[in-house]
Amino acid sequence: MSRVFIALQANEDSRCIVEAIVDDNPEAIVNRQPAMVKIDVPGRLVIRRASIEERLGRHFDLQEVHIHLISLSGHVDETEDEMTLSWDR
Amino acid sequence: MDMNVKKKLGLKEKYALMTRGLGWETTYESMDAVFPQTRYEGIRIHDWDKWEDPFRLTMDAYWKYQAEKERKLYAIVDAYAQNNGHLGVTDARYINALKIFLSAVPSLEYNAHRGFARLGRELPGVGPQIACQMQAIDEIRHAQTQIHSLSNYNRFYNGFHDWKHMNDRLWYLSVPKSFFEDACTCGPFEFIIAIGFSFEYVLTNLVFVPFISGAAYNGDMGAMTFGFSAQSDEARHMTLGLEVIKFMLEQDPANLPIIQAWIDKWVWRGVRLLSIVAMLMDYMLPKRIMSWKEAWEVYFEENGMALFKDLARYGIKVPDCVELIKKEKDHLSHQAWNAFYTAGKITNFHTWLPTEEEMDWLSSKYPDTFDRLYRPRFEHYRELEKQGKRFYNTTLPMLCQVCQIPMMFTEADDPTQISYRQVTHQGDKYHFCSDHCQHIFEREPDKYVEAWLPAHQIWQGNCFAEGADPTAPDFDPLKSVLDYWHLAYGRDNLDFEGSEDQKNFAAWRAQATRN
Repeated sequence: MSRVFIALQANEDSRCIVEAIVDDNPEAIVNRQPAMVKIDVPGRLVIRRASIEERLGRHFDLQEVHIHLISLSGHVDETEDEMTLSWDR
Repeated sequence: MDMNVKKKLGLKEKYALMTRGLGWETTYESMDAVFPQTRYEGIRIHDWDKWEDPFRLTMDAYWKYQAEKERKLYAIVDAYAQNNGHLGVTDARYINALKIFLSAVPSLEYNAHRGFARLGRELPGVGPQIACQMQAIDEIRHAQTQIHSLSNYNRFYNGFHDWKHMNDRLWYLSVPKSFFEDACTCGPFEFIIAIGFSFEYVLTNLVFVPFISGAAYNGDMGAMTFGFSAQSDEARHMTLGLEVIKFMLEQDPANLPIIQAWIDKWVWRGVRLLSIVAMLMDYMLPKRIMSWKEAWEVYFEENGMALFKDLARYGIKVPDCVELIKKEKDHLSHQAWNAFYTAGKITNFHTWLPTEEEMDWLSSKYPDTFDRLYRPRFEHYRELEKQGKRFYNTTLPMLCQVCQIPMMFTEADDPTQISYRQVTHQGDKYHFCSDHCQHIFEREPDKYVEAWLPAHQIWQGNCFAEGADPTAPDFDPLKSVLDYWHLAYGRDNLDFEGSEDQKNFAAWRAQATRN
């Protein structure tokens, strides 16, 4: 299965986003590079709003991810509660 | 008091209302007359409503998040300027990478803006219209923020004082310029496959991700912030690129061969364009995160191939050029640096030889090629430098008619032989760096015979300073061409060693620590 990835700028908000992704995707491989974090997951990566809100301690609109995003791969599907990247459609 | 709380619209409903709801079927003009550009390329679209925007971004949300990005960007740009951020970079050689980047990229962004603005008008579906309008605004934002950022560097360092003038004239800058102008002169569907899919999806990661992370690693907060701010939009553009191709392939099986030919062409065009990024990563960043080859393996071989594997269901094949690219990755950055080092009299940036330590790093990253083929060459140049005979090419390079890069690439299986192809078309000879560029020419010769090749133009006498007299006994053609480019000999060009940039940086840095 091909891997999908998401790369985020390294900052305070994305620290919580990365923690949430790692918890929700047990197969996540986190690669920290200067000023950025790249997360690879085989097949499918899920970002959950509730998991991010729990860590941020505030309301979070999933579209806020756009502010921190550097790159991604795979097909995107986004609802209010989840953003999914996958190759398995 | 009315206690009935109105239920907030879900993302999907909001997107449907605020995007699809904006379109209409025309009545007093036919749809074909309103959208006349969509037929001549042979692409068949039956139902524009099948278009999906997976991010479901609506204009109100777009403005909100883009404004937030701009606020963050300019806070950092201001802090960088106020804190003399340019003196925090690893060493002044690094600035030369920025000279290339900022001389080449803003015009690419601007042309991308033009292209997507045009598509926002020419494509009939509301979904793609909105997505293309957003992308057009993104691209002009990138051009503006890069031009703005340029001022943080060019007030201190030489060579990029007149980037727009040079962008239209300087020999190596014709490579990116002609790439985008080639795309902008295609039909709307080819443009979106060229830029939205082949370039944005398959290749821009290599421009903005490891290189900009490298800028951060070298202490350049200014480049990091405009680079990542631009790239935060790229993620949306890439998603659009993937959506475009799925949509076109699902609309009609007759679209497949047309799209496949465009992918073959534009992946190759893009890969050639990235040759210079290979050199930036391996030779121009004093501190390196990863080699070009490693970045290539992550972002092209792993990520790009996952994409092609996914598209195989539609019958899309991996472009033929990938075989050659696989072989070239061990050579590309070394051949490019060699070409620019030897062309050091006609560049708007400085070049230098890698240090011993840097050469050891290169040989560890390129164990099969560096020590065998490229280290001896650099050692030879070093020997010449010691004798006071720093080597500069005194002739102009032969350029490929399609990619406009000098003939500097070698044959796939013989690194001692320059790869060189030629074709006769209507009595004239045309030259190419590779089979793939030759094939692109052969499919559309009438387009590529029009190419404005800087080296040819210089030979024809079209690139001398205004009022110059090439027949005068004391006429200096090199000086006159540099004048035409707005470059000053000895200040903007030649080796880094002994340059004004080198002296200024050392002096300014010394001032930062004592009175």
